[in-house]
Amino acid sequence: MSVAVTTSGAAPRTVWRRGILASRKGRWGFGILTGLALVAIFAPLLAPHDPNAIDATRILAPPDLAHPFGSDALGRDVLSRVIFAYRVSLGVAVGSTLLAFLVGVPLGLYAGYHGGWVDTAIMRPIDMVLALPAMLLAVALIAIIGPGSNISALAIAVIYMPILARVVRSSTLVVVSQTYVEAARARGTRSRTIITRHVLPNAIGPAIVQATILMGFALQIEAALSFLGLGAQPPTSSLGVMLADGRDVLTQAPWVEVFPGLAIAITVLAFNFFGDGLRSRLDPTGVTE
Amino acid sequence: MSPRARYVLRRLLLAIPVIIAMSIFVFLMIHLVPGDPVQTMLGFRATPENVSTVRAQLGLDRPLLAQYLTWAGGLLHGNFGQDFISHTPVSTLLAQRLPVTIELTLLSMTLAVLVGVPLGVRAAARPGAVRQATEGFVVAGIAITDFWLGIMLVLLFAGIWQVLPPSGYVPLLKDPVENLRYLTLPVLALAFGEAAYILRTTRGAMEEVLGTQYILFLRAKGIAERRIVYRHALRNAAPPIVTVIGIQFGVLLGGAIVIESLFALPGVGRLIVTSIQQRNYVVVQGGVLVVAVLFILVTLVTDLIVRWLDPRTEEGAAT
Repeated sequence: MSVAVTTSGAAPRTVWRRGILASRKGRWGFGILTGLALVAIFAPLLAPHDPNAIDATRILAPPDLAHPFGSDALGRDVLSRVIFAYRVSLGVAVGSTLLAFLVGVPLGLYAGYHGGWVDTAIMRPIDMVLALPAMLLAVALIAIIGPGSNISALAIAVIYMPILARVVRSSTLVVVSQTYVEAARARGTRSRTIITRHVLPNAIGPAIVQATILMGFALQIEAALSFLGLGAQPPTSSLGVMLADGRDVLTQAPWVEVFPGLAIAITVLAFNFFGDGLRSRLDPTGVTE
Repeated sequence: MSPRARYVLRRLLLAIPVIIAMSIFVFLMIHLVPGDPVQTMLGFRATPENVSTVRAQLGLDRPLLAQYLTWAGGLLHGNFGQDFISHTPVSTLLAQRLPVTIELTLLSMTLAVLVGVPLGVRAAARPGAVRQATEGFVVAGIAITDFWLGIMLVLLFAGIWQVLPPSGYVPLLKDPVENLRYLTLPVLALAFGEAAYILRTTRGAMEEVLGTQYILFLRAKGIAERRIVYRHALRNAAPPIVTVIGIQFGVLLGGAIVIESLFALPGVGRLIVTSIQQRNYVVVQGGVLVVAVLFILVTLVTDLIVRWLDPRTEEGAAT
C-alpha cells in the first residue's frame, strides 16, 4: 500500500501551487469560496440596503439597477437579505463542520491507532449513528432540543462527526502500518507523541478533504431545516428562512426564491471543487472517494 | 448450513441490536427534552392537574426501565402510543402515512436508477462527448438542493405552464392517474440528485472494471463491445452500485421529510415535522422509529443483494 502523503514535509506554498491550485476545479473552488467568504465577512459594507427596511412602494418589485435581485413581499431588498442570510447560513455550515471535525478526528485517530476493544468501544456507537438517515437524525435532535440556528449547527455536527471519525480511522489504519510508526514504537516513543507527531499529520489529509466537501452540504441541510421552520428562527434570516418566506409569492415574484437557492448551489459547488483540488494533494489513496 | 444461509442469518441477527439501540434512542427522546416534557407539550397555561394526568397517561411517572419495557413491549404489538391532540392511536396515523412515503421514495429511487445506471454505463463505455454531458448532470445534481429544485419545478410546471398541480395528494387506489400527476414534481425533485449520484458511482465502477485484464481478453477474443459492457462488466460493477443505491435510500427518506412538507404530501416525514411544531412527542417518536427501521431493513436487503451478486463479499464490507 502506498505511503500516505506527508504534508508536513512540503513547504506550504508548494502544497498550494502543485496541489490544490494545480487543478482547474481547485482554482475555481478556491476563487469562488474566497469571494463568498469576503461577502459573508463584509456583509454590512457590501449590502446596498438595510436588509430589514420595509418599503411599501417596492412590494414584489422586479429586479432593477438599484435592486438587482428585486424586492420581497414587504418591499425589502432581496440582494441585501441574501447577503445577510448567507452570512448566517455559512456560519452554521462552517461552525457545524468545525465542531464535527474537532470531535470526530480525535475519536477516529484514537480508535484507529489503538485498535482492539478501544476501536470497538468508539466505533460501534458511531456506526449506530450512521445507521440513521442524516436528515432524520437532525430532525429528531431538533425535536428534542428545540429549533434555532445554533441547534441546527449542533445537529449537523452530530451527523458529520461519525463520517469524519470513520475517514480518520481509515487513514490512521494505513499510517500505523508504516515502518516509521513501527520505528517510533520500537524506540519507545510514547503513544501520545507518536499520535500527535507522526500519525496525525499523515492521517488528517482525507479528513480535511471530507470536511471541506461536507461544509458545502451543511449549507443544504441548514437551508432544509430552516425551510421546515426547525433551523434559524425569525428575525434571524438564513437562506432557508428566505426560501420558506418566498413560497407564498412564488409565481408573482420568483426572484425571491431563485437567488437564495442559487447562492446555496454555488457554495456547494465551490466547496466540492475546492475539496476535489485538495484531494489530489491530501488524499492520494482516495479514502474520501 | 451453507455459507450463504449462514451469512443471511448472521446479518439478520446483526440488525436486531441496531434496532434495539434505535428504539432506546427514540424512547429517550421524550426524556431528553429540556425541562418537563409534559409541560412543554401542553403549554404553560396547563394546570398542574392536567400535567399530572397526561404524565400518568404517558406513564412518565414510572421508573425509566419499566417505561421502556412497557413501551417496547407495546411496539412489538404495533402499539406506538396515542396522539395526545387527536387521541388517535399513533399506529393508525403511521399506517395512513407510511404508504405515501414508501410510494414517493420507491418511485424516486426507481426513476433515479433508470436514469443514473444506463447513463453511467454509457459514459464509462464511450468516453468523450457522453462523459462530458454526464459530468454536467452530476455537477448540477450535487449543487442543486432537492427542495429548491422542487420549488423551481412548481414555478415552471404549476405556476407558468400550469400542467401539473403545485401540491396535494390523491391516494393511488382512488385514482392512479391523478396520484401520478400529484407525485410527478415531488418525485422529479427527489430523484434528480440521486440519479446524478448513482450515475457517478456507476460510471466510476464501470470505468474500473472496463480497465481490467479480463475485459481486455474478452475484447481480444472478438466479443461484441455491447455484450462485454452489459453482460460482463456491468455484472462485476454491480456490487458498489447496489451498495450506493441502498445508502442513498436513506438520503431519500431524509429528503422525503422536506419534500413532503413542500408538496403537502400526507407522508410520515410531514407528520414528523408538524408533530415537532405541535410538540407532539409521542407521534414524533413513532415517525422517527418507523423511518429508522425502514432504513435499517433497506440496508439489510442491500447487503444481502450485494452478497448474492458477489459471494466473495465479506460481512461488513458492503456497509
